[in-house]
Amino acid sequence: MKLQQDIDIFAEEIDPEVRESVYGTSKLKISKRADILSKDFEDANVVRKMAGLVKQHTIENLPKYLAQAEESFTRNGVVVHWAADGEEANQIVLDIMKKRNARKVVKSKSMVTEETHLVPFLEKNGMEAVETDLGEYIVQIDGDTPSHIVTPIIHKNRRQVGRSFEREGLGPYSEDPETLTNMARVHLRQKYLDADVGITGANFVVAESGRIAIVTNEGNARFSMAATKTHIAMVGIEKLVPRDEDLGLMLSILSRSSTGQRITVYTQFISGPKVEAQEEGPEEMHVIFLDNGRSDVLASDCREILRCIRCGACLNTCPVYRQTSGHAYRAVYPGPVGSVLSPLINRHGFAPLADLPKASSLCGACQEVCPVNIPIPDLLVRLRNKGKTEEAERASINTPGFGVWAMAASSPSIWKSGLTMGNALNWVPKALLSVEPSARSWQKTRDLPEFKGGDFRAWLKERKRGKQ
Amino acid sequence: MITPSVNGTRINFMATCLCDSFYSDVAKAAYQVLEHVGCEIDFPEGQTCCGQPAHNAGDWKNARKVVKHNLDTFAGDAPVIIPSGSCAAMNRHGAMLCMEEDSRLEEAKGLASRSWELCEFLVESLGVETWPGTFRKKVALHRSCHTRGTKSYESAVKLLSAINGLELVEVGELDQCCGFGGTFCVSFPNVSKKMGQLKIQHLIEKIPDVVASLDMACMLHFGGMMDRQKITTPRMHVSQILLAALESTRKGGSV
Repeated sequence: MKLQQDIDIFAEEIDPEVRESVYGTSKLKISKRADILSKDFEDANVVRKMAGLVKQHTIENLPKYLAQAEESFTRNGVVVHWAADGEEANQIVLDIMKKRNARKVVKSKSMVTEETHLVPFLEKNGMEAVETDLGEYIVQIDGDTPSHIVTPIIHKNRRQVGRSFEREGLGPYSEDPETLTNMARVHLRQKYLDADVGITGANFVVAESGRIAIVTNEGNARFSMAATKTHIAMVGIEKLVPRDEDLGLMLSILSRSSTGQRITVYTQFISGPKVEAQEEGPEEMHVIFLDNGRSDVLASDCREILRCIRCGACLNTCPVYRQTSGHAYRAVYPGPVGSVLSPLINRHGFAPLADLPKASSLCGACQEVCPVNIPIPDLLVRLRNKGKTEEAERASINTPGFGVWAMAASSPSIWKSGLTMGNALNWVPKALLSVEPSARSWQKTRDLPEFKGGDFRAWLKERKRGKQ
Repeated sequence: MITPSVNGTRINFMATCLCDSFYSDVAKAAYQVLEHVGCEIDFPEGQTCCGQPAHNAGDWKNARKVVKHNLDTFAGDAPVIIPSGSCAAMNRHGAMLCMEEDSRLEEAKGLASRSWELCEFLVESLGVETWPGTFRKKVALHRSCHTRGTKSYESAVKLLSAINGLELVEVGELDQCCGFGGTFCVSFPNVSKKMGQLKIQHLIEKIPDVVASLDMACMLHFGGMMDRQKITTPRMHVSQILLAALESTRKGGSV
């Protein structure tokens, strides 16, 4: 049996430069978030709770809204596909491409395609797929994985990016962000023009209108879908909102929570392929609805996690995430939201990621900043109970047993004698206490205060006697 | 989280297992503070622990055993006053979670509606607005995570600010956890240590005379780290400061 939690080992061994990048950036984003929310809303909590109610209502009526969305999309000339899992979703993309003799793809940022590992799949099948979000592009050329759901290279600094661009021949070494961005821009512009297919995700899918909303700061989603003949949007089935007017609420809280912006630089509303009157634009539009375990989550006691709109605020505020980085979580979705979602949608089952729900002090910071008010700490504790009940080994590493404790704590006489006998602890050499793993773990960095079991009770008895 | 609604001065005092075994002075201080505001205090002898250690570790079967013991021990209508935000949160929220499929869920909800953290009870239930006495010290107050969603921290600030001579110093990253988290601190010792280190830096940054907390659980961890590192800034529970201020009026002098 393993003696140490992997995430804890990761925190111990993390490169100080990476840790500094992650800590500094997430802290800055959280303070920008707080500033803009307090400036713009009398009580941002009301907005968070309202948005939470809209999403909760949507997921509780998901079959109805999915049917409505399919009808609306079809009416708008969009082809709707349903994928039970990632493999099926990827295959649908490949089939669409083959049918159009397409070979080149530009892709904008989408967590759902990370989940299905779409890019490696397309590459394996002879396609050229380029990530066009600057962060994702850097991840791609470095053979890395994103460590944050909004800022994929939060773990990198500009010097590392400069070295990567130099290596890839984008230009001479620079660590000036503007120069670096320009290099990527020149390189990516040609990719858009050459591409046959543009793949995007969607931040929201409106059931009543068959419209998708995509927010970016770089405009790359707009290029990806507008410069190509075929636009494919892959979305999780939980991305729905019922009405167009719900977007007002959702977009207001999304960018403020995510990056502290009132609104992102680009917001696209797309409701179908180009119409005849339009000269340019995609001739075909496809929407692939991906389940990939979400129906099971919906049926579970953790369904609230499906409210998530992927703003990343829970990562930014999480003290554990700040110390470990997203890569510590060994999953596409890291941080507090990932600790709930990732083990539940993991294709190899819950057990291999059963340690994720344990990697939290349950401080509640995540729920406090969540734009849809997901009770993340409650869900984490539910999953801990699941890990315990299902005897998942990874959940049990370094967790003491509670059998003896529960017996004592539900029996006053045992408890009281424990309090008295516990005083012996003060006389036991520290080295002996360290035999028990939890005690050893405690003593590595902390002293234990003097044991004073029963002292208060004795005092109280005296005090009452004195008052009679 | 249920916001407690049951008021009254005939109360049950829940000392918490940490004060029962380590921090008896905190329990004594909280008790005397409650006496001062005119409470008639019962201390149910059978009390043990709120059940949170097992609940948070995910061992709900064992947590329920202890919660049920508490439902028996604190039965009745009287408010239950607890000198810890964390144990109060267990009564007010955690217990209902692990009991959600249990036949005694309604009793758990009842206990939730009667359970108060000490400072929130003083200010929000009893309406205490000021506090007598003098405490001429700079205090850095730690915001315990489990008081989120309650008025405990604000209540403590109100009470402490009312004390003559007491100056609250600014604490950076107030919303960040100290890294205790129950079994988390032994399951993830490295992460916990790093969180604790940051917290200590922020707490002592403005060179306070006292570091204060609403929760001895947080202090068990970051205080233990301070002791190990020989950081000697005195640590007090808020109730100990309230008591010290009270005692200054009795002596007729000032602290």
